[in-house]
Amino acid sequence: MRYSALKILTEALTGNKGWQPVWREPEPKPAYDVIVIGGGGHGLATAYYLAKEHGITNVAVLEKGWIGSGNVGRNTTIIRSNYLLPGNEPFYELSLKLWEGLEQDFNYNAMISQRGILNLFHSDPQRDAYVRRGNAMRMAGADAVLLDADGVRKMYPFLDFDNARFPIKGGLAQPRGGTVRHDAVAWGYARGADSRGVDIIQNCEVTGFSIENGVCKGVETSRGAIKANKVAVCVAGSSGRVMATAGMRLPIESHVLQAFVSEGLKPVVDGVVTFGAGHFYVSQSDKGGLVFGGDIDGYNSYAQRGNLPVVEDVCESAMAIMPTIGRARLLRMWGGVMDMSMDGSPFIDKTQTDGLYFNGGWCYGGFKATPASGFCYAHLLANDAPHPVATELRLDRFKRGHMIDEKGAGAQPNLH
Amino acid sequence: MIINHPLLGPRDAAEFVYLGDAALLNRPDWQASDAAEQFYDYQYLRDNPAGDHRELWYHEQGDRSWLIVARNTLSHEITKVELARDVARARKQAHG
Repeated sequence: MRYSALKILTEALTGNKGWQPVWREPEPKPAYDVIVIGGGGHGLATAYYLAKEHGITNVAVLEKGWIGSGNVGRNTTIIRSNYLLPGNEPFYELSLKLWEGLEQDFNYNAMISQRGILNLFHSDPQRDAYVRRGNAMRMAGADAVLLDADGVRKMYPFLDFDNARFPIKGGLAQPRGGTVRHDAVAWGYARGADSRGVDIIQNCEVTGFSIENGVCKGVETSRGAIKANKVAVCVAGSSGRVMATAGMRLPIESHVLQAFVSEGLKPVVDGVVTFGAGHFYVSQSDKGGLVFGGDIDGYNSYAQRGNLPVVEDVCESAMAIMPTIGRARLLRMWGGVMDMSMDGSPFIDKTQTDGLYFNGGWCYGGFKATPASGFCYAHLLANDAPHPVATELRLDRFKRGHMIDEKGAGAQPNLH
Repeated sequence: MIINHPLLGPRDAAEFVYLGDAALLNRPDWQASDAAEQFYDYQYLRDNPAGDHRELWYHEQGDRSWLIVARNTLSHEITKVELARDVARARKQAHG
């Protein structure tokens, strides 16, 4: 069933009796060509692109809870491609291009809103760094605009431009960045994959892998063993736990990142504003809530909740740059588990076990990468070779000395 | 989180800086024939367990001691706090 304005009108006139469930709830088959572990944004996107781009439809997505119950439902919904390094930027720009055509592509309203993202800077060296970043972005085909303080003032007059410690000297804007209705991304990909024959199996936890002579032949699950030619792990914060059952240690630590939303307010923040010097970023949802966050808590955690020192830090940063936010009341706060890699960049790669593939290490930046992650992972699964924009996202890059360390912070995940 | 410092008593975790898995104390032998391999493991790979985790915390805004904190990564419950110095010394004695 295709969604369209005509369909909505017809249903409105006929009592809305013709709507179908958006995906089936099939029983697992004994064997598949490809099993994707993890029914989050990346896993569902992988299944979708496997079916759509490569015609591989004998695919199951196994999800231990309900689809979209992890980080795709817990993030702050920002999309952007303002990266610096050649190993990253073309990948994220592909992602942004896929976002731009996504709703037409999977015929689902994901409320993609290219309202622009602005990174503030406060000193000459920081401006130089952003000039360099902007040039790197433009060389990869992305858009970037350098604004001076007056340019920022025209967009966001309420910011504290004369802050004593971090006076605003300007900003690097990416007008094509923006926000997305995050749950709809999971649902849209699920619907697109399901309608092409992919089995989405919820409440099915993977408990182990069946590996014989270095070849992965399938998985053990809470609903029995399932065979597969290829097994694609895509479990974000649970990467360490799942891969440990395959006997693999990863260059990843799981950390908790908190996010916050205020009560609904009248429109005040048009786009996304980031205050990196002070650990704060904010946008406003279509319901009016100010959606904001800061840095990870900084210690290993699988708890999906954080602690008060970071809440204090985020709120102090918010008050420093946007004093008007002090009048808003906090509605909700929550945490998600981030698979923080040792250089802050992700992995889409084969493992040493034949037939076992790994996608993870997205740190706190996985949401924006969802389409390209699925696209490139599907490419790897179908062709056994990395997609041209994902050739650097390899598991062995630390051993080879080819890190993609955007921040230059070294093997210290809580500094990325 | 409150960390019960062996010398100073209960302190707010905000006073500390976190380094990571306490296994980082076990620096490989740089003269070993497979030193490069061992240092790759040491520097980049982690057990990253969901559950009990022994980890290094540095009391930067206090007495600047390194602590080994046994903490559960699922509940954040802290079960044991030791001075890293004491642990390292005890290990050295045990191994002669």
